[in-house]
Amino acid sequence: MSENTPNKPKIGVYTCHCGTNISSMVDVENVRDWAKEHLGSEGVIVSRDYKFMCSSLGQELIEKDIKELGLERVVVAACSPHLHEKTFRGASERAGLNPYLTEMVSIREQVSWVHTDKVVATAKAKSLIAGTVERVAQNAPLEKLKVPINANTLVVGGGISGIQAALEVANAGFHVYLVEREPSIGGHMAQFDKTFPTLDCSACILTPRMVEAGSNPNITLLTWSEVVSVTGFVGAFNVTIKKKARFVNEELCTGCGICWEKCPKSVIDDVYEAGLGYRKAVYTPFAQAVPKYPVIDKPNCTFFQKGTCKACEKFCPTNAIDFNQKDEYLNVEVGNVILATGYDLFDAGRVTNYGYGRLPNVFTSMEFERMCNASGPTGGEITLRDGITKPQTVGIIHCVGSRDKNYNNYCSTICCMQSLKFAHLVKERTGADVYEFYIDMRTAAKSYDEFYQRVLDEGTLFVRGKVAEVTDAARQPHEKGKLIVQVEDTLIGKQRRIPVDMVLLSIGMEPRADAKETGKLFGISCSSDGWFMERHPKLDPISTMTEGIYIAGCATGPKDIPGSVSQGAAAAARVLDKILQKEVELEPIRASVNENKCSGCRICNNLCPFSAISFMPELGITRINPALCQGCGTCVAACPAGAISGTGFSNEQIFAQIDGILMGI
Amino acid sequence: MSNYIFYPGCSMEGSAKAYYDSLNAIKGSLGMNLQEIDDWNCCGATEYVGMNLVPAYSLIARNLALAANQAKGIDTVMAPCSACYLNLEKADYYMAERPTLGEKVNEALAAGGLHYDPGSIQIRHLLDVIINDIGLETVKSKVTNPLKGLRVAPYLGCMVPRPDYQHRWSDFEHPSELDDVLKALGAEVIDFPLKTNCCGGHMTQIGPETAYELIRRLVSSAEENKADIMVTVCPMCQMNLDAYQAETNRYFGTNFHMPIVFFTQLMALAFGKTPKEAGFGMELTSTKDALAQIGKDVPAPAAVKPGKKREGLPMPAPRLRKYAGGKVTSE
Repeated sequence: MSENTPNKPKIGVYTCHCGTNISSMVDVENVRDWAKEHLGSEGVIVSRDYKFMCSSLGQELIEKDIKELGLERVVVAACSPHLHEKTFRGASERAGLNPYLTEMVSIREQVSWVHTDKVVATAKAKSLIAGTVERVAQNAPLEKLKVPINANTLVVGGGISGIQAALEVANAGFHVYLVEREPSIGGHMAQFDKTFPTLDCSACILTPRMVEAGSNPNITLLTWSEVVSVTGFVGAFNVTIKKKARFVNEELCTGCGICWEKCPKSVIDDVYEAGLGYRKAVYTPFAQAVPKYPVIDKPNCTFFQKGTCKACEKFCPTNAIDFNQKDEYLNVEVGNVILATGYDLFDAGRVTNYGYGRLPNVFTSMEFERMCNASGPTGGEITLRDGITKPQTVGIIHCVGSRDKNYNNYCSTICCMQSLKFAHLVKERTGADVYEFYIDMRTAAKSYDEFYQRVLDEGTLFVRGKVAEVTDAARQPHEKGKLIVQVEDTLIGKQRRIPVDMVLLSIGMEPRADAKETGKLFGISCSSDGWFMERHPKLDPISTMTEGIYIAGCATGPKDIPGSVSQGAAAAARVLDKILQKEVELEPIRASVNENKCSGCRICNNLCPFSAISFMPELGITRINPALCQGCGTCVAACPAGAISGTGFSNEQIFAQIDGILMGI
Repeated sequence: MSNYIFYPGCSMEGSAKAYYDSLNAIKGSLGMNLQEIDDWNCCGATEYVGMNLVPAYSLIARNLALAANQAKGIDTVMAPCSACYLNLEKADYYMAERPTLGEKVNEALAAGGLHYDPGSIQIRHLLDVIINDIGLETVKSKVTNPLKGLRVAPYLGCMVPRPDYQHRWSDFEHPSELDDVLKALGAEVIDFPLKTNCCGGHMTQIGPETAYELIRRLVSSAEENKADIMVTVCPMCQMNLDAYQAETNRYFGTNFHMPIVFFTQLMALAFGKTPKEAGFGMELTSTKDALAQIGKDVPAPAAVKPGKKREGLPMPAPRLRKYAGGKVTSE
């Protein structure tokens, strides 16, 4: 393609075998010799192969060549840059070469793993290497950006994961804003009766943490609040929080409870009581709520709807009721954000063949949690919907809405153990016969399988098969007045009809209905299932692709309590690490606007997934915040004037790479 | 006037004449103009598709080809018979999904100078057209003789809501469309748990014991729920439950007397047509007692006696979110 010019920088090409991962499908020795021979005119002065380039010996090979041969560019043909770009750029830096003059070619993920013909695969590997050799010649040395870190942290979501994260950061001596949308922190865990497999009382182990979070001087607790806007970047986020009007003056309120005692309006509590019980129009969700201050539910309050009542105000001994309170907007500066926004429960009514909503004695798992709870609507008594009759037979259906291509493909992970816990509680409190209808038992964590054994020993009956329907249509006299569970028992290969009094649906977890909007607010994305996406599913499960935004708990996927707590703590550790570094280094791969070319058309303004682009009305042009930009290139491609260019991805680099790929082997 | 290409199917002229007559009695009030497919043929019912696909789908597709040719601006072919509806839908769907089958079918059609491109005409059931084109409000406005006092079991059968290639129905298991129409007529509609269960289909011919059991389940459930009458949209369901009820009684030693009629018959009655115009009198299980219920006052349900007294309010009944029992719109 191009003749040998003295201007070409000195390039080294290193091809990795990756054990046999690459070499089984790519003729690595052939590639090595070809690069030396055919790319010599392009500046390649050395070409080597090695079993594992990422090993310290492999890296030393590169470092030695940089020092001894005076390499000015390095190309490593190995795995994806997601995995080892940092490794090889680090090696170059140690040898005194600017790290951005080193590039990787993915000949594992994009070649050896996806092809079945060695000749074609080898040719493709060569083509990709040639492209990168041409491209790297155009690379310019880049310097990392340094940004100071604000030591304050925002934690969104006051469930167990968020509480844990907030406590870890606060106990290390840094300030935390803990934002919760409900009137109290506690999350789903506060609704449970017992926790598996130890059968600890959920409230007993949770409330001390809640109280700690409520009283820690380093934690500003913002309940009944929501984040409405986020600007800025890692180290310097500017967050606006809406404090919804409580209509209760927190300075005066003592949490005595006279207001909700006197409130004449009962409302079905769809949140805390999962629709099974009632609360008043002025309420705290539960007795141990933190903070203790109630809120007035405006759409259900008689005074707000009809203009009269004010019973709460009349009886309040401290005059804390304030019907004129307005929503407040709070601006806070934080350096890092932890999102622990939790999950929604699957809507059991969608599986119409299980009859939820139509058949009164079909309950969801959360309804049953509330029923079992001593502070719940039945005072902990297990009864049918009439509130009187004790069930003699109970059927528990697993995987409702999970592992089902009609609803959610994934396993919600907690339902097996939750169902076992229910079986134990039903047996213990009513002596009823219990059937568990399961597809597979998944009890894979510490002490979980032992609990399964225990429930088996207690005499719970297990039927392996996906329930086809729950019906009240009796076929035989003994089925009359019962709910009949129709199921294929796959272990005996027969259809069975099992009459029961009560059916519990172990409903799965779903991403929050507004997870996408929340993600957009904080500049992070969701997976195809709708859960927040991790930077790396295995090696970095609590970071996101946006610097300074961390995720924890069920917001990233279904998890049990230990998993949620661990993630909360892990996210906090990462934040503390950032805070203690005092400043953060940012990758210099980012876009910038050539202000002479920008016409101010604003096409790019709304495209940026990281909200890094803003329009300068006084100048009539657009600017990109370098700390916020993640270098994705969307705006570069969109700019009709070609005014935006991305460092590391300039037109020259891209065209050179295309030329290289097309140069023929 | 809404115009439809109309595919009556064989039953409408024979065993389901009551369906045909009652449809003719109400189509004017509903503003439906039906253009029958010229020279239509049998859809193959439930049997033929099980034998050999190409001839079976050619038989069905001939009707679609004729309908599409005749359409001239009309976008829908309407079938009142569930088996006809499903067969037309199936042919249309599989001709598109399996191009080789589509080619072979068109090869066969070409012998008669015909051709059918799948998707060129919409295939819809009468009930769907009444609910979604005509609308419940129109239906309500035509009611002069509300069916107050008549307890009906809405029985849709298995072929209408499944497999629902075009997502036309609210649910596979408990669709609400038939209930809604009957409620609009003023009838008292029971929550019939078996509304989409099988009537036995052609098992009455090849394995009567199986059919009797399926019929027994349906009739016994309707009776248990204190229905006066069952209502269906399907000629096959009507025939099995009506004509084989006596056999079923003999086989099990039971004494069921559960009349079953087409929904259009009750519509015609509610619209003020005479029972004869509404096609009554052709059924084998007499509807006399059931029709005598119309206009009677419904006794209020006896108050449930509270057992042990409980503090506070009882547990609320489970409530469905907005999309349950209706089309999922929020996703």
